Amino acid sequence: MMMVKHIENGTVIDHINAGKALEVLKIIGGPNSSITVIAINVLSTKHGRKDILKMEDVYIDKKKLDLISLIAPNATVDVIKNGKVAEKRQVKLPKEVSGVLKCLNPKCITNKPREPAVTKFIVKQNPLRLICAYCNKEFEGESLLKA
Amino acid sequence: MKHVISIEDFSRKDLDSLLAEADKMLSFVKKGKQLDIMKGKIMGALFFEASTRTRLSFESAMHRLSGSVIGFAEPASTSLAKSETIADTVKTISQYCDVIAMRSPFPGAAKLASEVSRVPIINGGDGSREHPTQTMLDMFTIKKEKGRLDDLHIALVGDLKYGRTVHSLCKAFQNYKKIRFTFISPKELAIPNEYKIGEYRETNKLELEDADVVYMTRIQKERFPDQTEYEKLKNIYRITPETMKTMKKDAIIMHPLPRVGEIDWHCDSDPRAVYFKQAFYGVPTRMAIIKMVAGGGN
Ligand SMILES: [Zn+2]
Repeated sequence: MMMVKHIENGTVIDHINAGKALEVLKIIGGPNSSITVIAINVLSTKHGRKDILKMEDVYIDKKKLDLISLIAPNATVDVIKNGKVAEKRQVKLPKEVSGVLKCLNPKCITNKPREPAVTKFIVKQNPLRLICAYCNKEFEGESLLKA
Repeated sequence: MKHVISIEDFSRKDLDSLLAEADKMLSFVKKGKQLDIMKGKIMGALFFEASTRTRLSFESAMHRLSGSVIGFAEPASTSLAKSETIADTVKTISQYCDVIAMRSPFPGAAKLASEVSRVPIINGGDGSREHPTQTMLDMFTIKKEKGRLDDLHIALVGDLKYGRTVHSLCKAFQNYKKIRFTFISPKELAIPNEYKIGEYRETNKLELEDADVVYMTRIQKERFPDQTEYEKLKNIYRITPETMKTMKKDAIIMHPLPRVGEIDWHCDSDPRAVYFKQAFYGVPTRMAIIKMVAGGGN
């Protein structure tokens, strides 16, 4: 495997589906001012090609990990402290996603200005779909992330 | 606190017991008797979108239970016109009453209302999504007129793409056995895939020979951006006394009303035409629903 810069403290996300690293980065909200290494279409021993993200001083909360699972279901997440892997985490497809994504149905009550509705989507698999708990509309997994 | 938001929140057991309760209510309504179940209680009828028959059906049900009704019939007369949110309106008016029946053009509004309300919410229609009390009264009609809710061949006719009563009915019948659907529509108004559940057939011809239940819907002008398209399709299906000759002797014809041209009025005197009875059954069904969420003591 090609070697990219090691990081001292931060997060490494490996086994991202090839070509999806930039979308993952967008979910995380980066890149910010810290060092970010993006490797795209890296040869993987197991699954052909993959993407890798290494981020200095960035740590990812569970809500965002859940979202990452929607586009990179096999991703592994290593938390690095002092140059060593301090914690290994796996992304897991959540049963529901609440508060982060926006419903694409313009008539949905969650899109009406000032209504106190926090969006909530029920996650269905094979194929991946998200169903708005308010308007009941079904969306392709990735369409909501791109919006 | 119990709410009635979506037909999918109701299991077969829930539906069966609700319809049994509606049957009890029906016997009182037929005798012209009033019940005391909601005596001293108030219903808020919040119609953020006008619907005269749904509102009056709810009001009639509440009066038959000895309750009273406050509310509004259209948003123009409310603070919504001054752009108060639906959530704030519901939260405020729920301080004045014991149960709320509401309708709005925004899908998900009833669910949001149930999150902020002090009292039970009954969804009287929210946009394209749900109209659970209509489905319950449709099921009650079938139960009363056909004597069963299993082993039925149901033909759904007309606008199957946007018709929410049709969608809810498909979902509700998932819980019943040996149900066969025939979806009859022009291809522009075909049933969405998510409602093709169990045994079904799709056609664009009005073939009703084998159906136990014929459920007609109106093709709505508002659905078409292109009015020539609407003109082309609006009268595509029309039930006449001639059509009725091809139907089973014990079939029933239903329609959520209002109708436009899809059922010739000459059919009305045929005992198989049950659409006005269906409207009648709406009152005992809604009495049972009100009792279920706000009747207390049970
Ligand atoms: Zn929605």
